[in-house]
Amino acid sequence: MKEIAIQVRNFSHYYGSHQSLKNLNFDVYRHEILGIIGPAKSGKSTFLACLNRLNDLLPGSRVEGQILVDGQDIYGPEVDVVALRRKIGMVFATPVPLPMSIYENVVYGVRLLGKNNRKELDQIVEDSLEKAGLWNEVKDRLQTSALKLSGGQQQRLCIARILALKPEYILLDEPTSGLDPISTMKIEDSLRMLKKDYTIILVTNNTKQAARVADRTAFFLMGELVEIDDTRVIFTRPSDKRTEGYLEGKFG
Amino acid sequence: MTKLDKNDRLIRISLLVVAFSAVSVLAVITIFIFEQGTPIMFKYGLKSFLFGQDWYPSEKSFGLLPMIVGSLMVTFGALIIGVPLGLASAIFLTEFSHRRLTRFLKPVIELLAGIPSVVYGFIGLMFLVPFIRENFGGPGLSVLAASIILGIMILPTVISIAIDSIRAVPDSYREGSIALGATKWQTVRMVVLPAARSGIVAGIILGMGRAIGETMAVIMVAGNAADIPGSILQPVRTLTSNIALEMGYASGEHREALFATGVILFIIIMILNTIANLTSARQKKR
Repeated sequence: MKEIAIQVRNFSHYYGSHQSLKNLNFDVYRHEILGIIGPAKSGKSTFLACLNRLNDLLPGSRVEGQILVDGQDIYGPEVDVVALRRKIGMVFATPVPLPMSIYENVVYGVRLLGKNNRKELDQIVEDSLEKAGLWNEVKDRLQTSALKLSGGQQQRLCIARILALKPEYILLDEPTSGLDPISTMKIEDSLRMLKKDYTIILVTNNTKQAARVADRTAFFLMGELVEIDDTRVIFTRPSDKRTEGYLEGKFG
Repeated sequence: MTKLDKNDRLIRISLLVVAFSAVSVLAVITIFIFEQGTPIMFKYGLKSFLFGQDWYPSEKSFGLLPMIVGSLMVTFGALIIGVPLGLASAIFLTEFSHRRLTRFLKPVIELLAGIPSVVYGFIGLMFLVPFIRENFGGPGLSVLAASIILGIMILPTVISIAIDSIRAVPDSYREGSIALGATKWQTVRMVVLPAARSGIVAGIILGMGRAIGETMAVIMVAGNAADIPGSILQPVRTLTSNIALEMGYASGEHREALFATGVILFIIIMILNTIANLTSARQKKR
């Protein structure tokens, strides 16, 4: 039996009066890659934002129900949001390195914790870039601006700076939507490696990507969870007609 | 050539004339100041103008150092007061305040720029000068009074340019930083301000230009003694005040010396503007 890491219970989310997530109920297992697929506006990205409470930044955002991460309700009153965001790293669709050097990007979150030991930071930079599969490409120019990297490299840098925080969860919001096939492949390779140590939720518009890397796949439609199952099951014999329709390209 | 082509050319030429007439006014002023001001500088020597400490026009002694020092002192003082206040307001209004409050406060701050400088000077003279005299000693008319008034006067410039450049920082930077577990203040300090830095610096330099060029308010609260002040509680005379105070009765070489004052002021402001343009150009390039 797999260990349950995240429990979503009767969870709904609203922007003002618009309900963007409708009564979700499912679990995420530890050390799996959960793919979330679905057409635009189906609530995939909103769900990720809710998981590390980035939705707090949006005016008019409201939630109902619970999300339990390691048994703790992340919307509970005693939750330390900053600590939560460190535990649940987020990679965005467009790579957004901060306007500083490669090195500083990786250690940004670590420095916020007050760590400033040069040796320790050097080690973190090397480890994180190594895990994100970027070390060999940038090890000779760590002090150059991160904005000069290619899109694919920037995205792997964004993964590296999350890893530097030693999170337990990694959320990826269409991480390869703007990248060429080779960069995409490199990121997918990194994800398969990372699965050993992290629980990963991957939102993607590219259903084939989910088929390639996800252990289980969830299909979202108009804020509802249509079905969630082993990736192979979803792609070969889905139990819901709508899933089948989406995968065959009938809508979305 | 069709009729429309002809029309286009006509409009182009007339707009060109209008555009050039604005530039030519600047050119005429520049030429006039330099033509009137430079001969006397070379006659008595550049050194005695820039570094002479005695300003006795009737005795042909034209040392501008007290005024140069005075202008720099009040400008620097204005920055010490205006920049922290202005930056803090800009950060609050962009990152921490409620949207509706910002929408109300920003125009109000910009209204500060519309108050005539003589009103600032008058208020300074009525309230600030007596306050300084009674609480800190000295005549009240002082470097300190001028710095405070100028510090308030540069606020709208510093604030609105800082607001614009802080807003120009992409939201994705903020999201990225917050998603990495930064607090709002850490995000502002470590990501937003560095990214907006060149715009903020350009705003400060423009404010500085305004402070160094301001005349009326300074004349009213600075005391205007043509000596290098020994402390911030002593009176001071700036380059602009020097021209305004004596223009009415100056003639001959005295008058030319005032133009020379203008030349020096002109050069200082040109340098500041160039720096401002360079820094904002650098920001655009990035």
